[in-house]
Amino acid sequence: MSQIIRKQKETFKVKVITNTLIAPGVHVIETDKTGAFSPGQVVAVTMHPKENLRLYSLASSPSHPYFRILFDIKPQGELTPVLSQLKLGDDLFVSKPFGRFTDQGGEACWIATGTGIAPFVSMMEAGESANKTLLHGARYLHQFYFASRFRETMGERYLQFCTQEKGPGIHQGRLTHYLGQGNRINPELKYYLCGNAEMVVEVRDLLIGQGVPFDQIIAEIYF
Amino acid sequence: MAKELLFGKTLNELQEVTASAGLPSFTAKQIAQWLYQKKVSTIQEMTNLSKKAREYLSEHFEMGILPPSKVQESIDGTKKYLFPAHQNLFIEAAYIPEEDRKTLCVSSQVGCKMGCLFCMTGKQGFQSQLTAGEIINQIRSIPESDLLTNVVYMGMGEPLDNLEEVLKSLSILTSDWGFGWSPRRINVSTIGIVPAMRRFIQESEAHLAISMHSPFNGERKNLMPIEQVYPIEQVVETLREYDFGRQRRISFEYIMFKGINDTPAHVKGLTRLLNGLRCRINLIKFHPIPGSPLQGCPAETMQWFSDQLNKKGIITTVRRSRGEDIYAACGLLSTKELVKKQNDSDY
Repeated sequence: MSQIIRKQKETFKVKVITNTLIAPGVHVIETDKTGAFSPGQVVAVTMHPKENLRLYSLASSPSHPYFRILFDIKPQGELTPVLSQLKLGDDLFVSKPFGRFTDQGGEACWIATGTGIAPFVSMMEAGESANKTLLHGARYLHQFYFASRFRETMGERYLQFCTQEKGPGIHQGRLTHYLGQGNRINPELKYYLCGNAEMVVEVRDLLIGQGVPFDQIIAEIYF
Repeated sequence: MAKELLFGKTLNELQEVTASAGLPSFTAKQIAQWLYQKKVSTIQEMTNLSKKAREYLSEHFEMGILPPSKVQESIDGTKKYLFPAHQNLFIEAAYIPEEDRKTLCVSSQVGCKMGCLFCMTGKQGFQSQLTAGEIINQIRSIPESDLLTNVVYMGMGEPLDNLEEVLKSLSILTSDWGFGWSPRRINVSTIGIVPAMRRFIQESEAHLAISMHSPFNGERKNLMPIEQVYPIEQVVETLREYDFGRQRRISFEYIMFKGINDTPAHVKGLTRLLNGLRCRINLIKFHPIPGSPLQGCPAETMQWFSDQLNKKGIITTVRRSRGEDIYAACGLLSTKELVKKQNDSDY
């Protein structure tokens, strides 16, 4: 190669405003903003501009004064163990928001597991949940991050599915089992999926198998 | 405690091993030659190493060479090898013999995180990263290893989501202390993770293939969720920043889906998107996978599409379909072998 141009996605130094442990191994960090955004967009985050960037969906409303980032600690990861130790006033580097996993209007079903709930927190806080239903899956009860806010805002349109524990008002079992019985299946609806690849692929296949056109399914994957 | 594996270590890492053992520094290069050039299977076969060196290595290391556990052979000679990975998981490598070349398609991850609609591997989700040794082992351990002329990183997984190990494997393949291959014999495929793609372009000389499948954002994101964060025009614009010289090849992979991405509008869209970029397009027949809403295009449509793009000045070829009877390229074998632990799932 005759010419090398080194260029990373541009990041900006920001200050940590808060760092809160919200469940075992799961944190919410708030930082200064690097720009305006639409609910569902992501930012790239790193401790140093020359290190690898990781993407996180913003979990706050665009009108919130800070960026809110939800993450779970990956013990072998390069970034999240360090992020979890940050304190008020510490520096980190964050890109401007980008991405297209945004509301396309109309009635829709949101489906999330784990930290995949983050973009829907942003959408809900931005007032986009009025004609939406949220199916939220978790292994344990403490993994329903932001559940009280969803319950308060969406009422009966917020459905929780827990595979390993029982709780009041919570479906015990897999959300794929619930969908597989034909619940909440409507080929006219848009389905927004966010979570790990296995969930996204299994739910997408299930929806397609029940007659939902694949172009009605909008997926965000975590990698 | 499990011993460390020698196979997959770079020369630098082998030098660290010999230094910590108090062995002469030239021993590292000798070990590399035994591992990657003379291709021995045991430490005891490294006969120009001192007895002390062999004893030290045997005490602290295993070779890390694993033969395939299963093979399927197509009527056209294509073979799909199944290799065991850790935790009862499996990876695949496809050997594709042609008259003038023998290609091995290797995996870089167990499963995949990218969730592409048309991909069988994606159906098992992401299981784990492969090490450089596990990637190179696929090349080393098939019976046709010495016949290989080309390697493509187009098997299970997204190579640029495992960039460190992929770069390490490329270093072993192309260094004079390693396999000594020309990087022009190697093609790495990606769906277009832009930051990792930049690093790959800068740190490797291997060819680069981009999974395109549609020039249109709305359509591509239905096929490939990655489009939500790294849209195809950003991928192409990034490629335009680099001078790849005359020898290094950029290609776009385009699986043709009936009624989805096979229209004159797509010819126009591709022409506009790739205008002025020195590249080629490979049209690929879709091998249907269970439960998929997608269908492959007839051969005539693919030829028409190819002709139209060639007329527009974009070098386009229809890739010959191989190993259809054994699902050579889609991860079916390993996905079937995967023991799913559904009751431990978080959904």
